[in-house]
Amino acid sequence: MLFQFGNVLVFFLVGGGFVFVSLLLNYLLSPKVPTAEKLAPYECGEIPIEGAWTNFNIRFYIIALLFIIFDVEIAFMFPIATIFKEWVKSGSGLLILGEVAVFVLILLLGLAYAWVKGDLEWATKMEFKDKVSGKDIVPGASKVG
Amino acid sequence: MFPNNPLLEPFLIIIAKVILIPVIVLNLIPLLIWMERKVSAYIQDRRGPNRANILGVRLAGMILNFADVVKLLTKEEFFPTGANRFYFVLAPGLVFFIYVITTAIIPFADVLKIGEFTMSFQVADLNVGVLYLFSMASLAVYGVMLAGWSSNNKYSLLGGLRASSQMISYEITMGLSIVTLFMMSGSVSLNDIIHYQSENPLYWNMIQQPLAFILFLIATFAETNRNPFDLPEGESELVAGYHVEYSSMKFALFFMGEYAAIIVASSVLAALFLGGWQVPFLSTQALIDNAVFFLNVIGKVFGVVSILLGLVLMVQFRPGRYKDARDFEVLILGIPALAVGIFASYFFFTQGIYDMPDWAPPVFAASVQFVTFITKVILFCFFFIWVRWTLPRFRYDQLMSFGWKGMIPASLVNLFLVSARMMF
Repeated sequence: MLFQFGNVLVFFLVGGGFVFVSLLLNYLLSPKVPTAEKLAPYECGEIPIEGAWTNFNIRFYIIALLFIIFDVEIAFMFPIATIFKEWVKSGSGLLILGEVAVFVLILLLGLAYAWVKGDLEWATKMEFKDKVSGKDIVPGASKVG
Repeated sequence: MFPNNPLLEPFLIIIAKVILIPVIVLNLIPLLIWMERKVSAYIQDRRGPNRANILGVRLAGMILNFADVVKLLTKEEFFPTGANRFYFVLAPGLVFFIYVITTAIIPFADVLKIGEFTMSFQVADLNVGVLYLFSMASLAVYGVMLAGWSSNNKYSLLGGLRASSQMISYEITMGLSIVTLFMMSGSVSLNDIIHYQSENPLYWNMIQQPLAFILFLIATFAETNRNPFDLPEGESELVAGYHVEYSSMKFALFFMGEYAAIIVASSVLAALFLGGWQVPFLSTQALIDNAVFFLNVIGKVFGVVSILLGLVLMVQFRPGRYKDARDFEVLILGIPALAVGIFASYFFFTQGIYDMPDWAPPVFAASVQFVTFITKVILFCFFFIWVRWTLPRFRYDQLMSFGWKGMIPASLVNLFLVSARMMF
């Protein structure tokens, strides 16, 4: 099996070599005539204001955190799933199924918490209602999200 | 389960495999780009590319790919002001590199056995097969993220964020939906899963586990950033997303990486759900035993089809249609096709092949399985293209709520349903 990983290493070298050669060819063949306008960050013709690294939505972080938890769950399930058949044959399938169920349930509680707290909603609810009459000012707008 | 002594494989064969398998994948990329152009053209009721030619041969627009390569190699490369040069170059290379190396575990045919000699048609028959695939494919997020961050462009940054968020969300579904396959077959090696599915199409996982198949299919669309999940490069809002600042070969690497991702996804779909290299109703043993019969049938069919193709092409010869070299395309392609067809039909209808050396039947079986596998892969690739030019794009909040509130609970339900079915 170690020998097979050696094959993968050689494959890495070939893949990396292909990328390197194509970038090198491009470097050697391409013309280089830079001008200030050409190098300006592209914003559909506008002159860019400030740098690009600005604030962005905090939800991207929350999604990444949730992902890590569930990815651990998958890494935990792969080996169990592989030997599940043998466990069913030896009669202790219910035990292993119960264990996985408890593990998944704990994680699902976390997902349910995030869901109830509204962290999975991307558009926050917008209220466009007339304060006196309670009618929609923009019909249909309060349904967004 | 299927013993394969690696030390029996001579070193030269490993080198050949390591060179040949990327070449196969890299040659599928232009085919796929051509398919995308032609299929989209015919879906939108146009003709698609049909002008570029070499000595009049256009191959229905396939020659345009050569023009593309020359163009992309000789375009100016530039670095936008304020970009981080190292990561800016690293990102496209990383994306392409990762999708090429994931092909290492894809089995193109059954293990070839000739007497004492064995050879597997994959670069590395890892016992952690699918796990390797997942660990490598999820690294592609880094390429996209780095490209978005290092370009010093607001569109790129937003595209990169969207792409990474989408890819990690759907990766969970992707992982959970195929856990059931490992339960059924008791292995994470792709070759073992294909063996488990057997040659009967009724036992293929697509029929056996339809829910897992649908979930995995949707997740692969999101992973490869294809429509209806192509929000990272949604051109109506982000121009081109994370690769908006890229030009020349660096753009080409992203472009080819996208198609390499489709090829990898299609081959994994074919291997996991459509029986991989299994020829319907014909096991490897049946193919080896009846090699002589099948070879003669294939030879006769090939001869007749080739004659018909040559005739159809030659009948279309109209001198003075374009008034240049393209007039003679049908003759340049048609006459050799006719000649090969006449030769093949003469040979197979009068003589045929009746005695084979010992090595021939296994090699014949392996090549038939190889062609079957590539056919299944191209079918899935066609499906990817078909969906792209038919469906509209999701909105981002729809995408996220579909992923987290629909796909993940559904894949968990599928998991417990299958395990309950196995228990009782």
